[in-house]
Amino acid sequence: MLDADFFRRWMTATAASVDREAERLTALDSAIGDADHGSNMQRGFTAVLASLEEEAPATPGAVLVLAGRRLISTVGGAAGPLYGTLLRKAGKALGDATEVSEKQLAEALRAGVDGVMALGGAAPGDKTMIDSLVPAVDALGEGFAAARSAAEQGAEATIPLLARKGRASYLGERSIGHQDPGATSSALLIAGLEEAASGASGE
Amino acid sequence: MSDEKRVGIVLVSHSAEVATSVAELAKGLAGGATAVPVAAAGGTEGGGLGTSAELISAAAASVDRGVGVAVLTDLGSAVLTVKALLAEGDELPDGARLVDAPFVEGAVAAVVTAATGADLDAVEAAAAEAYSYRKV
Repeated sequence: MLDADFFRRWMTATAASVDREAERLTALDSAIGDADHGSNMQRGFTAVLASLEEEAPATPGAVLVLAGRRLISTVGGAAGPLYGTLLRKAGKALGDATEVSEKQLAEALRAGVDGVMALGGAAPGDKTMIDSLVPAVDALGEGFAAARSAAEQGAEATIPLLARKGRASYLGERSIGHQDPGATSSALLIAGLEEAASGASGE
Repeated sequence: MSDEKRVGIVLVSHSAEVATSVAELAKGLAGGATAVPVAAAGGTEGGGLGTSAELISAAAASVDRGVGVAVLTDLGSAVLTVKALLAEGDELPDGARLVDAPFVEGAVAAVVTAATGADLDAVEAAAAEAYSYRKV
């Protein structure tokens, strides 16, 4: 079972990998976007960690709802409302339970991803974070490692795609050949699950 | 007439200068329209280009007279942030609504209409109708 500490470790691991990969995210975003994805995500997850520290939410759902709210209010780009909706919707789906199963987490993330698709209007194949998140959620039933590889493969598979949503869609065919920054940061978020799980057994 | 409550207008742009200038333009073209509460929420809190949920919430609260707030946006994260704030439920005043309208023309139509004392539905309709004005 996964408790609030697991979800805190997930956010901490994601914040660390976003820090580590910020330059790469911004470089990907400068090819087809407005070159702020790395710094925006860093600002957002730094604020998430500060809020988690300050408010110490007691349940998995509360951790994700709080993280989602902070992302909406601090990221400053489209990633804010999109990641914010993902985590907030997932958190609401988990309700007030103090512990949740991996299956419940997978279902909650599915609800979150549906929320992101409804908000942004993107579908699989549009060269967005959805291309990493949907395969990741599909693979979650086989464990966190499988979800991580599915997310990473999904992100890499955006390279030949034509962007149909957001700023990159203005580029038309020139968006082909670049990996989508949002799908790349989504893969970091999903990879954080595996790190959070290994943190529990190792400590 | 002067103590009648007007619909509030919030203008959200990636740029503080754009949001502020469009607010002034709309008020100017509405003949002053001093009775209409209009607030700009442009750029990030740090003064850069982007969208700030905090600035949007503060702007909406500042123009809320209890008869509805029409929120107009430019593009991308401005649209998504307002939608996400509306979904939060308590981040924007009751009766706040994202209006689907062109930013400049819609803002002018919204402020002019709000100045007449029209309700939120009428303000929204006027702003949305700006899409149908063809230039060629």
